[in-house]
Amino acid sequence: MTILEVEDITSGYGSMPVLHGLSLKIEKGQIVSLLGPNGAGKTTLLRTIFGILKPWKGIIYFDGKDIKDLPPEKITRIGMGYVPQEENIFPSLTVQENLEMGAFIREDNWSGRLEDIYEMFPDLTKRRKSRAGELSGGMRQMLAIGRALMLNPVLLLLDEPSTGIAPYLVDQIFEKIKALKGHGMTIFLVEQNTQALKCSDRSYILEGGEKKAEGNACDLLADEEIAKHYLGK
Amino acid sequence: MGMSLGGVLNFLVSFAIMASIYAILAIGLNVHWGYTGLLNFGIAGFFALGAYTSALITSPKPVGIMANYVRQAIGLNLPFLLGIAGAAIVSGVIAGVIGILTLRLSEGYLAIATIGIAESIRIFINNESWLANGPQGLIGLPRPLHNIVPRCYYNYLYLVIVSIFLTVIYFAVERGIRSPWGRVLRAIREDEIMVSADGKNVFFFKLQSLIFGAMIMGIGGALYAHFSAAIQPGVFEPLFGTFIIWAMLTLGGTGNNKGAIIGSFIVWALWSWSTFLIFKVVPRGFETRAPYIRYVLIGLLLIFIIIKRPKGMLGEEAHVSEF
Amino acid sequence: MAELIVYGIILGSIIALGSIGLTLIWGITDLFNCAHGDQITVGAYTAFVFTSLFSNMGILQGKVGPFSFCWGVLLAFIPAVIISVVLALIIDRWVYKPLRHSGAHFITSFIASIGVAWVLRGFIYIIWGADFHFYSSGLRTVAFLPLGIKLRIDEIFIVVIAWMAVALVYLFLAKTKKGKALRALADNPGLARISGIDTEYMIKWAWGIAGTLIAIAGILYGIETQLRPEMGWIFLLPLFAAIILGGKGSITGALIGGLLLGIAQQVSTAWLLPTYKPAIAFIIMIAVLIFRPKGIFGRRHI
Repeated sequence: MTILEVEDITSGYGSMPVLHGLSLKIEKGQIVSLLGPNGAGKTTLLRTIFGILKPWKGIIYFDGKDIKDLPPEKITRIGMGYVPQEENIFPSLTVQENLEMGAFIREDNWSGRLEDIYEMFPDLTKRRKSRAGELSGGMRQMLAIGRALMLNPVLLLLDEPSTGIAPYLVDQIFEKIKALKGHGMTIFLVEQNTQALKCSDRSYILEGGEKKAEGNACDLLADEEIAKHYLGK
Repeated sequence: MGMSLGGVLNFLVSFAIMASIYAILAIGLNVHWGYTGLLNFGIAGFFALGAYTSALITSPKPVGIMANYVRQAIGLNLPFLLGIAGAAIVSGVIAGVIGILTLRLSEGYLAIATIGIAESIRIFINNESWLANGPQGLIGLPRPLHNIVPRCYYNYLYLVIVSIFLTVIYFAVERGIRSPWGRVLRAIREDEIMVSADGKNVFFFKLQSLIFGAMIMGIGGALYAHFSAAIQPGVFEPLFGTFIIWAMLTLGGTGNNKGAIIGSFIVWALWSWSTFLIFKVVPRGFETRAPYIRYVLIGLLLIFIIIKRPKGMLGEEAHVSEF
Repeated sequence: MAELIVYGIILGSIIALGSIGLTLIWGITDLFNCAHGDQITVGAYTAFVFTSLFSNMGILQGKVGPFSFCWGVLLAFIPAVIISVVLALIIDRWVYKPLRHSGAHFITSFIASIGVAWVLRGFIYIIWGADFHFYSSGLRTVAFLPLGIKLRIDEIFIVVIAWMAVALVYLFLAKTKKGKALRALADNPGLARISGIDTEYMIKWAWGIAGTLIAIAGILYGIETQLRPEMGWIFLLPLFAAIILGGKGSITGALIGGLLLGIAQQVSTAWLLPTYKPAIAFIIMIAVLIFRPKGIFGRRHI
């Protein structure tokens, strides 16, 4: 079943379009990755899906509902989570407070969820009371993901979680992402790191705001032309 | 409150002189903020420096019994034009020092730093009585060419003098801003990083802009000193020395020298005319409070313009650069 | 010297109280509010109206303990706070909110707040005139503390109330969900939205806190000196200096900045003319800006 459907989206900043009529589909329970060079429009796409940018043209369906006019604070409430690439934590709040902010809109008791997150990222447990701004890059990334997980979203948008962190942590993060899929979460993973392809079910390749390729991740990896052009092999 | 025709004319002339002096200050601010994006909230400092410098240059040092009442560190008794030149130079030099210290600050912090500097200058003049007679200020400042017209017509002559300065400054700034130099300034306002990537020394251009604008403000201050013939530190408080000029430029149109002039005349008209109009309508016994309605009027006008016409009445002019 | 330091702490406490609301609004809405001082004046005069009202009704005229003011002043805190908050919300709704939504440069809202300041001051002059007013004409009792420190009893009240208000705000921001959301918003507004925090709703809370502190600061300032239309405007520049010292949006920074400025200003009178006090504040502020542009403490906490 399709959980997210983007159709013919044009979007950008000011009067400069970044995406030119982009379409893609995400099936429930899968990890779908989006790869492409810098400036391809990957972050713009995520920001448009999440309502931070308003698309100039096109449709966005989430779970069968048209969401293109919803602001981010509403989209959060219907089961979508978003981890931006940068500035994805509250630096002056403690680790625990960051996670609490993730649960801001939850009226029920979320202390169990908090413990789940700490269990998933045990390193964070020891730093509960530290200011998030004092954490290392890898820990920040885990905290950022943890914050978005507090609401247990149906669909999680991840913007380049592997950027700027130590290689051994990159593996760890991709492991966690796979584990989330195991819990039934759908993940839309934007990456430059080709490793992302290996853990995803389906992939899109974006360049210059246009879709250049799509398909089964293994097929894309096997395609020499694509590998040479877009994946830097 | 009847007024003779002569009275009305006199009032209009002194209104036009003050509004023109404010227009000169607003053009100086336009160089800083409108063209270069420098948030100078210390206009009052350059205004005061110009006024005091010209006063000390052109007036004689008090002698005899006056020396007991009026203290001033220097009194050169030189001609008016030298006073103006001195005002421009001193304002420019101090602006250079201030710029070297503060121009690396991000824009908002520059605003606050310049408020603080202007207030410190005012407090210094106020406290150091040996310099320029402290809070009592200097009175009886010389008025240029005062012996060629009868005293009661002097303001007409002074209006001509101020208008000449305003015209020259207006055209000088218009020319400067259309030159390649002015184009760099406007580019700095739009995108500082692009300009520095272009290999231009952004800091140096900003410094030049700060000095140029401050010199204009200094001239405005000098013209004020010789018009009112008396100056005290109290004149250069932030309200009348700085904020009202920001209101004038914002109302008229940032980045537009005609806007700076129009804004100055409108705000000053509201300020000085509302008193007369209001006196006619307020109930008796309320007269002493009525003048304060002008605070409300100017404040509301400023808010209204900012929300409804954020670019001011005229908006920014398109500039075609000359090569 | 001990005496000057104590006076500095008193002055610093009032500056700190006045500056917390200012830095909170600055951190959350990016507005550097020039009307803050005049809102303080409005708070002081509103309390004056209610104090006079109680006194005309012949109630609450007994003096509070050893202090110079009567019970009416204490009760007047309540309506003054309410009116101050409502006024802040109205101004935000009609002036700053439209500017926020048009994505205006922060200097635009700064200039708009100058307009608001003039409107408020104009009304204060029109309604109450330029004369000084006092909450009470009572004698001000002086206390003699060790080390030869002379202190008006009222000033003890001022310091205690100021620090209680500060402590309550601090607890609110540190412990409650809304307080944390306010800090989150100041920290990273984009992420706060993504987390589902309703920005406009939280901004109302921020104005609520700022309005409350504004009214309290106005009344305490009025007890310490006297009511006059320019009182808040003159007070504004030291507040600016305090929050610059403390760093954008930092409550603790504003507290320490306020105290430092208060003490520095009073201690400077041992060598300089008292009229140099404001200049001392500016020179410290400019030095901090030049050498530590993010405030003395750099990265902000609360």
